[in-house]
Amino acid sequence: MDGDRMDVAWHEVCGVDEIWPDTGICALIDGRQIAVFRLSASETPGEFFAIDNHDPMSGANVLSRGLIGNLGERLVVASPIYKHHYDLRTGECVEDPNVSIHTFGARVRDGRVWIGA
Amino acid sequence: MKLVVIGNGMVGHKLLESLGAAENLQVTVLCEEPRPAYDRVHLSEFFSGKSADDLSLVEPGFFDNPRIDLRLGAQAASLDRSLKTVTTADGEVIAYDKLVLATGSYPFVPPIPGKDRDGCFVYRRIEDLEAMTACGAQSKVGVVVGGGLLGLECAKALRDMGLTTHVVEFAPRLMAVQVDEGGGRVLRRKIEDLGVSVHTEKNTVEIVDGEQCRHRMRFADGSELETDMIVFSAGIRPRDELARASDLGVGPRGGIVVDNRCRTLDPDIYAIGECALWDGRIFGLVAPGYEMARVVASDILSAVDATAGPAAEFLGADMSTKLKLMGVDVASIGDAHGRTEGSRAFIYTDERKQIYKKLVTSEDGKLLLGAVLVGDANEYGSLLQMALNHIELPESPEFLILPSSDGTVTTGLGVDALPASAQICSCNNVSKLQLCEAIGAGETTLGGLKKCTKAATTCGGCAPLVTQVLKAELKRLGHSVNNHLCEHFPYSRQELYHLIRVGGIRNFDELLAKHGSGLGCDICKPTAASIFASCWNEFVLTRDKAALQDSNDYYLANIQKNGSYSVVPRIAGGEITPDKLIVIGQVAKKYGLYTKITGGQRIDLFGAQVHQLPAIWGELVAAGFESGHAYGKAVRTVKSCVGSTWCRYGVQDSVGMALLVENRYKGLRAPHKIKFAVSGCTRECAEAQSKDVGVIATEKGWNLYVCGNGGMKPRHAELLASDLDDATLIRYIDRFLMFYIRTADRLQRTSVWRDNLEGGLDYLRQVIVDDSLGLGAELEAEMRHVVDTYECEWKKAINDPDTLKRFRTFVNSDADDSGVVFVEERGQIRPATDAEKQTRFKDIEIVAEAT
Repeated sequence: MDGDRMDVAWHEVCGVDEIWPDTGICALIDGRQIAVFRLSASETPGEFFAIDNHDPMSGANVLSRGLIGNLGERLVVASPIYKHHYDLRTGECVEDPNVSIHTFGARVRDGRVWIGA
Repeated sequence: MKLVVIGNGMVGHKLLESLGAAENLQVTVLCEEPRPAYDRVHLSEFFSGKSADDLSLVEPGFFDNPRIDLRLGAQAASLDRSLKTVTTADGEVIAYDKLVLATGSYPFVPPIPGKDRDGCFVYRRIEDLEAMTACGAQSKVGVVVGGGLLGLECAKALRDMGLTTHVVEFAPRLMAVQVDEGGGRVLRRKIEDLGVSVHTEKNTVEIVDGEQCRHRMRFADGSELETDMIVFSAGIRPRDELARASDLGVGPRGGIVVDNRCRTLDPDIYAIGECALWDGRIFGLVAPGYEMARVVASDILSAVDATAGPAAEFLGADMSTKLKLMGVDVASIGDAHGRTEGSRAFIYTDERKQIYKKLVTSEDGKLLLGAVLVGDANEYGSLLQMALNHIELPESPEFLILPSSDGTVTTGLGVDALPASAQICSCNNVSKLQLCEAIGAGETTLGGLKKCTKAATTCGGCAPLVTQVLKAELKRLGHSVNNHLCEHFPYSRQELYHLIRVGGIRNFDELLAKHGSGLGCDICKPTAASIFASCWNEFVLTRDKAALQDSNDYYLANIQKNGSYSVVPRIAGGEITPDKLIVIGQVAKKYGLYTKITGGQRIDLFGAQVHQLPAIWGELVAAGFESGHAYGKAVRTVKSCVGSTWCRYGVQDSVGMALLVENRYKGLRAPHKIKFAVSGCTRECAEAQSKDVGVIATEKGWNLYVCGNGGMKPRHAELLASDLDDATLIRYIDRFLMFYIRTADRLQRTSVWRDNLEGGLDYLRQVIVDDSLGLGAELEAEMRHVVDTYECEWKKAINDPDTLKRFRTFVNSDADDSGVVFVEERGQIRPATDAEKQTRFKDIEIVAEAT
């Protein structure tokens, strides 16, 4: 989870329970689509990640609907369109390191999910 | 050089292939048949669903070569050796520098009065097979005259057409050339067990009108046999008439005399294949014919191409054969009859399992001279190598054919023992060294090796040996063959299925904890979800399962390129009432969806966003529709024709059967999608032979075809069983589907699965029809569980508030996805192109922006 940054405004998007473990949802923040994932691991409520919902390889806004998991050390989401993988921590496309998407801060306060964008 | 080749059979075509793209060579090919070369070795597969195109041996584009002029339907009528010309039946005169006769042979028909009656056939060309098929459809009884290799192939064809089948043989036993008396006895019993009546020592004296059937055959011993059709397969005779007419020298019993370079008496004329007589012998197998073709090609190339190697010689050929006749293994090696002076024989017979094996060795027992194997020919490859390479036999050669005490046979020879020069594939002359070189160069699969070396691509008899060489060589090179699903599970899909089924594992966390590592990924999660569904059939969108589903299953709809979804309600068998049709139209109109009729006789509604899906399905479910599972790797559709209810040709109610089948298997999840079709007669309007499971009505019931595919790599389905009643049909489909689900790889369609199945169609038939693994009841019970626990996923989803909450485009807003933009085309919506999206604020009219 990112620490508070000066230039980031935090937005409350939903309750923790609205994101089922090991799935994602999409939040609309100031017109920007942001995919938020909840990685269950073993502890509750788990770890949260936020990246662009836009998949630059297909041009569709779909990443929140991708399957998440790990490839080696990297935590990734697989785009549902052409199965490109994006690193949840860095936004880098695994298949094409020249392509990268934005990542955002994500944190949980009092059972609510907050995104820094 | 002007080369004329007469004949474009298997051997004639091999010559053209062997000549390659040689410059300085202009080739004219006269082909009497209406189509170029096809695979006569596998001709009987025409009756189990293969088409003439499937059997073709011609690589796409082969005859586009401007230096090859193929004349189809062109018969050579005469030769003029002094002018060096060939005259065709149409009167055209073609000049040659070199001429190759690859005219093949014709089937011998004994001079029996009545042999030319209607319903009498020979078995050689595709046209013969087409005529047999037409006649077979109106016949109940069929007789094959001749119990040799080809005759038994032909008997299989008659049996596959559903005829009561007889084989009539003049000799005292079947396959008298290849098999000795003991082997012939076991072979006969096995063939008879398969429902074919065998009559040996029968000399047909005439064929007259029958009483119950079309014909009556009278035999010299006074007995008679009634039949509707007769196929003569009593041996072949060389087509040597051109050579005879031009004094080229033919043998006393026919055949064009050739020398070691396959030249006739005229050095500018060659003869190859079944028309050629070398050292007083005709070679009726494809491998020697191919060898002759290569010899002639080398001779011609050495004349036109300075860089070509020296001309090769034909020095006779090994006539060993291995084949599967109606599922019965039969093999014959070298001196099968023990005619070599002083030879010694070892014989093993198991009359209960119907296995016969014989070895013929040299007097001192050190060299293998010949062998006969009936009922089990697993040792063929290694025994053949021992015979061909003169490998010294072990002290007690009998152990090479005796089962060991645990019931398995010890294969006497590892491939490691073979010399590098050992010829593994005799049809295409591929040595062990060539295979090993190809493996070293990176071919690590049987398919790749076949493509690259051509080994095992003609008769296929050496495929097990090629596989052994492959495995041994990979091991030697230090490759480990890894079939693990992904980095999280060190198992293949089949192994994972077994672990889940036997371990009673019902969720991913447990699976990962017990058998895997890491978090999982987009490979193993959907695979596990699919196996859970195949085994336990629980709702796919529960909290512990939803996270495993691919996006399509996750939203029970098909994702499209712009992130919108399409919706396909089930229309079982393609049958729909006007009222339901209207509902689909109304829903499409209300939600602004693009509609298209699918290939599976359904209607696909495109352009819905995630948050619209529950409302759309609410209306569809209320009107009585169910999920069509178009989104799942699952049973999709059962296409059907209208069948006997309406059609004047239909013989069974194909729509009724389609409904029965679709409602039984709907939603069944599998390694890949599964498509069915049911046709009401042999006209096959539902195109069932292009489906994973195809059912075609017959007068007596249903024929079941399996493992067909349209799509990227079309494959005709193969006939698994004939004339089934409804209950047996369903039982076989139950077993077939569950066996596929149990053993296929991830995302492997039934067609590819079948191509990779060791033992092929015969094995599949043994498992499904004969229940050889004793799995039948288990597979049926597994299917019963899935059928009994079926629920419409959409009905369940729209009645579950927890699930419904997930169907939101944004968790914190009711807005639409602004990236989903449509424009109008031909009166409907379609996704806007990027360029159209760019100019959306200019002059293009956006008809529906995420309504």
